[in-house]
Amino acid sequence: MLMDRLSTVERWRRLQFFYDTKLHVRLESLIVLGVLCLTMAILSPFFLSVSNFLNILLATTTIGVLAIAATLILSSAGLDLSLGSVLGFSGVVGAYFCVIMEWPWPMAIIGALGAGALAGYVNGTLITRTRIPAFIVTLGMLGIARGVGLLIAPNGGAIYGLPAPVIYLGQGRPLGIPMPVIILAVVAIVAHYVLSYSRFGHHTLAMGDSEAAARATGIPVEPLRRKLYTLSGLLAGLAGLIFMARVNAGDPTAGYTYELTAITAAIIGGTSLFGGKGSILGAMVGALIMGVLQNGLNLLAVQSYYQQIAIGGVLILAVYIDQLQSAKERKS
Amino acid sequence: MSLLELKGVTKRFGAVQVLNGVDFNVEAGSVVGLVGDNGAGKSTLMKTVTGLYAMDDGVIQFNEESMIGIAPGQRRERGIEMIYQDLALAKQRDVASNIFLGREPVKKALGFIPNCVDKAKMDADALKMIERLGARIPSIHRPVGLFSGGQQQTVAIARALTFNPKLVIMDEPTAALAVREVESVLKLIRQLREEGIAVILISHRLNDVMEVTDRIVVLRQGRIEADLRTKKTQMREVVEYIVGAH
Repeated sequence: MLMDRLSTVERWRRLQFFYDTKLHVRLESLIVLGVLCLTMAILSPFFLSVSNFLNILLATTTIGVLAIAATLILSSAGLDLSLGSVLGFSGVVGAYFCVIMEWPWPMAIIGALGAGALAGYVNGTLITRTRIPAFIVTLGMLGIARGVGLLIAPNGGAIYGLPAPVIYLGQGRPLGIPMPVIILAVVAIVAHYVLSYSRFGHHTLAMGDSEAAARATGIPVEPLRRKLYTLSGLLAGLAGLIFMARVNAGDPTAGYTYELTAITAAIIGGTSLFGGKGSILGAMVGALIMGVLQNGLNLLAVQSYYQQIAIGGVLILAVYIDQLQSAKERKS
Repeated sequence: MSLLELKGVTKRFGAVQVLNGVDFNVEAGSVVGLVGDNGAGKSTLMKTVTGLYAMDDGVIQFNEESMIGIAPGQRRERGIEMIYQDLALAKQRDVASNIFLGREPVKKALGFIPNCVDKAKMDADALKMIERLGARIPSIHRPVGLFSGGQQQTVAIARALTFNPKLVIMDEPTAALAVREVESVLKLIRQLREEGIAVILISHRLNDVMEVTDRIVVLRQGRIEADLRTKKTQMREVVEYIVGAH
């Protein structure tokens, strides 16, 4: 009897190990996603439909892109609280370029991505040069980016009337698949390769695990960190571009508190808040969990205030579980 | 010409003068013990050699090349390796990732995606290295943080030896080890000397230092207090130099 139980535990551990190391997805998060979908399907007759499925995917794209950024940064034992604000700021800059300045439509893309990358670069430079903790620098950027976005937008309102090619990025449906979903899929695959297979990713995870080890082995820690924050800003800019294209407006209030959801998605997906462990595919599962949760609560007509409470609760719970696991691995 | 030559190395941390004009050299294939009281500057001196600290003044030459302005990673490429007292391991990463940290071999994935870390080659080479050291490790796929102190030490040593170093600096390599493991580290040091690899051994265990070194250099208050031939000295004399009673 005892032998049987042991072998079940051992089988479970091997399965976990396989998902963790080969597929880079935490088995538990897949189970949570499955249980969540099942629950919603039972509770709401509208949940199980192709159109609702596409709805969930579409609603998850913005958070999904931000969750990729959060995963890269958390893996390096950093933190980027400015994701949501930079999203809003980038959208405003993109819309400003093509609507108010009346520059050709590609400038909307360049503007949004450039604004995001710039904000990220400023974050990275301040963190590496001044040694002010990332928490404070990106918290400052959270305020600054939001404020600058509101300043740029006329009367702090949204900038409407984007050119058709830009709107296509948010609303187009080649082969019936929403463009944002395609963009997210491509970005996620590239980011997954970068974090889990490239040298850049290996160094990022090593730095997040032990900065001393990274330094001792000659990994250039400061330039790497600067690149990561710039990349994080660039991804927030991309999320801003997608968001802007979807709603056909550069809205300076867009992305408010999205960093909370994005960081939660990353941590649910198996990325450690303490660095050294991260998975993009896991973050996608995490983002889907958040998406299904929000979609389900909407279908069940639960007030949106409760959604905020649910997201906050899930974040705390996910970090608690992560802490228990990390404590086990970090003891030397 | 020595393999490693330091002249007038000076290092200040704020108002504290840690190294005060240190002259120090190591011949190729020799084992030099670096001893001194806590705070004498041993670790600081070695970190200026690996490039982790920039010195304020002085000259460091390795293989007749000045090391000024050369980054830690490049110094490793030239053959300077150090095993740190705290081991400097990434504890959530597996054995191969730690051994190849900063020097991961790459290949093209699927024939066209560049810069992909060659994990299979890393694992195979890591296993070979661990076997060469005659060490026992539960599994090279597990995070090294789950290993015992001695096993982690083995990984740190393997990292230092995998890329054909010319000089290996060991900072208290036996402090956390059981008696039998200490023996194997000492054996390893002798083996490195036979292969022509120079070793600098920092240790408080003077018995070990007397046993394996060719020379013993005593550092005291940031200065070289004595440079002794191990065969021609005794533990008592070394201790006197360390405490400044000679």
